[in-house]
Amino acid sequence: MKCLDVKHPKPLERNKKMSQKQNIQLPEGGLGKQTTTLNLGPTHPATHGVFQNILEMDGERIVDAVPTIGFIHRAFEKIAERRPYYQITPLTDRLNYCSSPINNMGWHMTVEKLIGAKLPKLVEYLRIISRELARIADHLVCNSVIGVDTGAFTGFIYVFEFREKIYEIFEEVCGSRLTTNIGRIGGFERNFSELAFAKIKDFLKQFPKVMKEFEALFNRNRIFMERTMGVGGIAAERALNYGFTGPNLRATGIDYDIRTAHPYSSYEDFNLSIPVGSTGDVYDRFLVRNEEIWQSLSFIQQAMDKIKDLDPSVYHADLPDFYLPPKEDVYTKMEALIYHFKIVMGETDIPVGEVYHSVEGGNGELGFYLISDGGRSPYRLHFRRPCFIYYQAYPEIIKGSMLSDAVVTMSSLNLIAGEIDA
Amino acid sequence: MTNETVKQQLIDKFGEVVTNFSEPYGMMTFEVACDHNLKVLQFLYEDPSLGFTFLNDLTAIHYPDNKGKELAVVYLLQNIREGLRIRMKVYTDINKPDVYTATSIFETANWLEREAYDFFGVNFVGHPNLIRIMNVEEMDYFTLRKEYKLEDQTRTDKDDEMFGR
Repeated sequence: MKCLDVKHPKPLERNKKMSQKQNIQLPEGGLGKQTTTLNLGPTHPATHGVFQNILEMDGERIVDAVPTIGFIHRAFEKIAERRPYYQITPLTDRLNYCSSPINNMGWHMTVEKLIGAKLPKLVEYLRIISRELARIADHLVCNSVIGVDTGAFTGFIYVFEFREKIYEIFEEVCGSRLTTNIGRIGGFERNFSELAFAKIKDFLKQFPKVMKEFEALFNRNRIFMERTMGVGGIAAERALNYGFTGPNLRATGIDYDIRTAHPYSSYEDFNLSIPVGSTGDVYDRFLVRNEEIWQSLSFIQQAMDKIKDLDPSVYHADLPDFYLPPKEDVYTKMEALIYHFKIVMGETDIPVGEVYHSVEGGNGELGFYLISDGGRSPYRLHFRRPCFIYYQAYPEIIKGSMLSDAVVTMSSLNLIAGEIDA
Repeated sequence: MTNETVKQQLIDKFGEVVTNFSEPYGMMTFEVACDHNLKVLQFLYEDPSLGFTFLNDLTAIHYPDNKGKELAVVYLLQNIREGLRIRMKVYTDINKPDVYTATSIFETANWLEREAYDFFGVNFVGHPNLIRIMNVEEMDYFTLRKEYKLEDQTRTDKDDEMFGR
């Protein structure tokens, strides 16, 4: 944590000066200056999701903002209290739906931590492959949409083809694309198929070229830099106090990444460098995410090399009480039938205890706080949703900036309505 | 810094106020008397040798059988530099669920406390804007309390005795 001591330049300084210049000096004794209330959202094309912000505007400058959330609240925490553990995975799909595998596996790992399961290396590496693919998809959506919001549509079209390719890989692995419900408690339902591996290899071969092109379009693009530098910045201390995590925190210069701070799933076997920014503005967030895409690609490459010499038949842990046996065994083997019955009917013994497990999600620390009373479903399950926590900093970030900057800031924070509202 | 040293420092400073230390799955968990939560949070935040400056998570839990201490507010704090997490619990009476707000120390606590209020009805004393965050303002009950079961409790066509909670 070297970067904690870095002193940060004030990101909004430039902006403030500009807006002060543009203030109209009204004549003495004239009408007083008035502000306008503007309702942005909840269904506005520029907000990318159901977000409502009631803005107080002075001309085109934002004086104050009041965000309202909860439009797609589905009470997942309550629903989870009636569901058996293996049926909670589909709920996690719908949190950050841009990177569902990360959520699914975060939940699986929480239960595995509770029951004290030890996983084979193959499972951990396959999980890393799926999670890093999901992270790439998540970052691609976010970064290309920053481009769209600043008026550059081309990059969005370029990279979305590869987001589609990632979804094809998921489809090959688990059958679904967006809300994946990938894997099970204890591992995967099957090993990745030959076709899935071939698709991953294709992706690794083709994607870097496109990513380079994407970066060439934006990174040193004068218009893009003017639109994003010094916009929506937050200082490191404020970001920490607001509970920022993920790329948004790293853009302020703090190298806090769950993958290295609290390693899980054998991340310690890999070489990882954490990209950090310095000013925490939109441009830094963009660059940090781009760099993380390269890191994720390197992870997938390393994991693909590592699984070459692992036994492909061990794709799940030996957890008969939790891992649903294959259907053909259920019909032919007594033991498998018994375990199948026990799992489905909720007769397995689950340890009593409370456990917190967090994973590095697409937009920050996704935590699961699970309290088990030994029953069939959790006594209480709380999701620490990263963007729910850092969205509350939004009014502070956009105060004093232009309306169009507020839109870019919102997309650069990678806010996902499904995750905020849970 | 380890769990042990933090525990020792807390006991030296607060004595009887901090109780019930345990370490489920490696995370130190302890209980604080309800009206002392801010003092302990402040100490954990400000003491240079502790530095728990990051509020990871805040939530509430309802234990209906725990008479007089039905609602628990759980703080998950982290020292980012050392990567150490601790869990602090405060129990309060459901008939008078008053807990001091942590918003003066952590901005994070603002919406998390609003969520805990929305779901469990914990009254965070001193919170700048304690209104519901997910549900509508007109709602007059707290949804995640255990007395509200998910399924219609008058339903008679299903025998829940064997399967399910």
